[in-house]
Amino acid sequence: MKVDKEALKTKFLKGSWGILLISNLLGFLLGAVILLLAGFNPLEAYWVILKGIFSRPKYVSYVIIYATPLIITGLSVAFALRTGLFNIGAEGQYIVGAIMAAAAGYFFHLPLILHVPLAIGLAMIAGAIWGGLAGYIKARFGVHEVISTIMLNWIALYLSNFVITLKAFAAQGTGKTFPIQATARINILSDWKISEAGIEFIRSHKMLGDVLKSPINVGFIFAILLAILVWYVLNKTTLGYELRAVGFNPHAAEAGGINVKKSMVISMLFSGGLAGAAGAFQVLGVSHRIAKLATMEGYGFDGIAVSLIGNNTGAGSVFAGLLFGGLKYGGSKIQDVMQAPTEVINIMIGTIILFVAMPKLIRLILTLLERRTKS
Amino acid sequence: MEAFIKDIGFIIGTTLMYSTPLMFTSLGAVITERSGVVNIGLEGMMFFGAFVGATVAYFTQNPWLGFLCAALGGALLALIHAIACVSFAAEQIVSGIAMNFLGSGAALFLSRLFFDGATQTLTIPNKIPLPLAFLFGDGKLFKSSGFMDLVFNRFATVYLAFILVAVVWFVLYKTKLGMRVQAVGEHPEAADTLGISVYRIRYGAVMMSGFFAGMGGAAMSIAVVSRFSNTLISGHGFIALAAMIFGKWKPQGAMLACLLFGGAKGFEIFLGAKGFPVPSSLLAMLPYVLTIVVLVGIVGKTTPPAAIGKIFDKGGK
Repeated sequence: MKVDKEALKTKFLKGSWGILLISNLLGFLLGAVILLLAGFNPLEAYWVILKGIFSRPKYVSYVIIYATPLIITGLSVAFALRTGLFNIGAEGQYIVGAIMAAAAGYFFHLPLILHVPLAIGLAMIAGAIWGGLAGYIKARFGVHEVISTIMLNWIALYLSNFVITLKAFAAQGTGKTFPIQATARINILSDWKISEAGIEFIRSHKMLGDVLKSPINVGFIFAILLAILVWYVLNKTTLGYELRAVGFNPHAAEAGGINVKKSMVISMLFSGGLAGAAGAFQVLGVSHRIAKLATMEGYGFDGIAVSLIGNNTGAGSVFAGLLFGGLKYGGSKIQDVMQAPTEVINIMIGTIILFVAMPKLIRLILTLLERRTKS
Repeated sequence: MEAFIKDIGFIIGTTLMYSTPLMFTSLGAVITERSGVVNIGLEGMMFFGAFVGATVAYFTQNPWLGFLCAALGGALLALIHAIACVSFAAEQIVSGIAMNFLGSGAALFLSRLFFDGATQTLTIPNKIPLPLAFLFGDGKLFKSSGFMDLVFNRFATVYLAFILVAVVWFVLYKTKLGMRVQAVGEHPEAADTLGISVYRIRYGAVMMSGFFAGMGGAAMSIAVVSRFSNTLISGHGFIALAAMIFGKWKPQGAMLACLLFGGAKGFEIFLGAKGFPVPSSLLAMLPYVLTIVVLVGIVGKTTPPAAIGKIFDKGGK
């Protein structure tokens, strides 16, 4: 029995989840070493980050709000990656989704029950077109998706900056669009929060009141639902089976009668739609408008990290998104509390991804450790 | 008429200024991809180079020392990418993503340490010099702010970029080393049989790409502007990468593509300065649309190195 346990242990450690776990540990370790070298106490820093995430209900709520778009862009990248496509373009698909949600939210006057789904649906269609375009020109013309999506990211950014100059959509010179209608917002209790009863409630209920101070919205619930959807489509449907087959080995898939080119387009449509949804939830739940972009906001790029750290799965993206959101939100506190640069988080994330990229190295280290413990 | 010529001079001048940082990085991309290794971490290397260049130039007051250190900083980051991709068979795009997080993270981390918690450096005392400045001005060969001044009175890095295009072209096509790099990128197994060290060539090429990206970043932070800030390099590395592919993996092609991107920027600045009613964001979008159109149009005529992105394992396991 004991031998079996050992075998299971090595099997887990050398499998993809084990490698992720070890990569994470190495990332946190390197972060600690760097903080130490820079003259900060790493234990104190990690404690500040932990407190910055968990010490108040409001903080937890903010972490979830931070994590929501990252989870969904993570799902977007993961979906494409399972088909063997590298969707660097989640950023641009997110932007067109946000534009569409802001437009639908402002221009339409509908009851909430129709307005919200319409805005989300249109944003997903916009994102899907943006992603599908990259998939199509890869399938039809052989243009690598990494390059086409980089271009499409910039086109989306400038498109966004263009629409906010339109008179019908934005007050001139403010650099931001008119806010979306109240019926398009997915915030919880936002009217009640500013009513007298609401203010009284927030004052008297310590826990819930604190949570209500953050712009809580239902985006996170949608993110979980989308994660389940991604898992279901990839693992439980014929379409998902075909997409994954293309990702494993396109030649074998082709020989097996799967239309590889069609799979590429479908995968990118789906992936783009997800990223578009991320943009929609951010607009409908948090920003309520879009503003001039001086540079990329990074939701799509962070989504790549989330996907990779989450092992390119639905559930993994949820956990990695929360981890990333927590580190970003909690990590910003070490700057104020101990003047330690918050960018140590980026270095940690980079390190984790680097090790994730090198399963060979981690397996090698594990094998060496095994040998040493045996002898 | 004279005003028109001056306008043209202004556009050409700004084009040169904005395209050369891209050109350095794009040349780096050509070198690494020709050896068969994808490096989408060039953005992070450029970011890091821009920071190192400005910081060294600030503290030593010597822009050239800053420029050199920027290149070395980029190469250092590229060394990590090389170790991962060449020695440990890493997924090259994933490792490149990691480089982008590491490059920007390290730059901003160090910036906060050296500059009192700020994510930008202070203004450097001396920028990269204008080597031809002695030709322009009152009583000189050309009058100041005329066409010739606007076009040719440029930072030394602008001239260096064009010289390096020629150098990279020469090395790649006319020397044994260049032939080896190409052989490794096209058919590493065959190159290996002929006694070429695939690992060594790839290590060299990847590090060289970081070296060039570092120069590109510094060309931005200590020539185009005079400080590093956290938004200075925002996507330039990715554009340089696209320019390399637009230029069909050739140094001269990459140069032309970079001039196109820089030209759009120059034109945008010109129209902005003149207050033309053309929406600048639509204009700024143009080169990216054009790139896609061209990539779609030239299909079949463009072929990446055959072994691009493929892992080479000498043991053949």
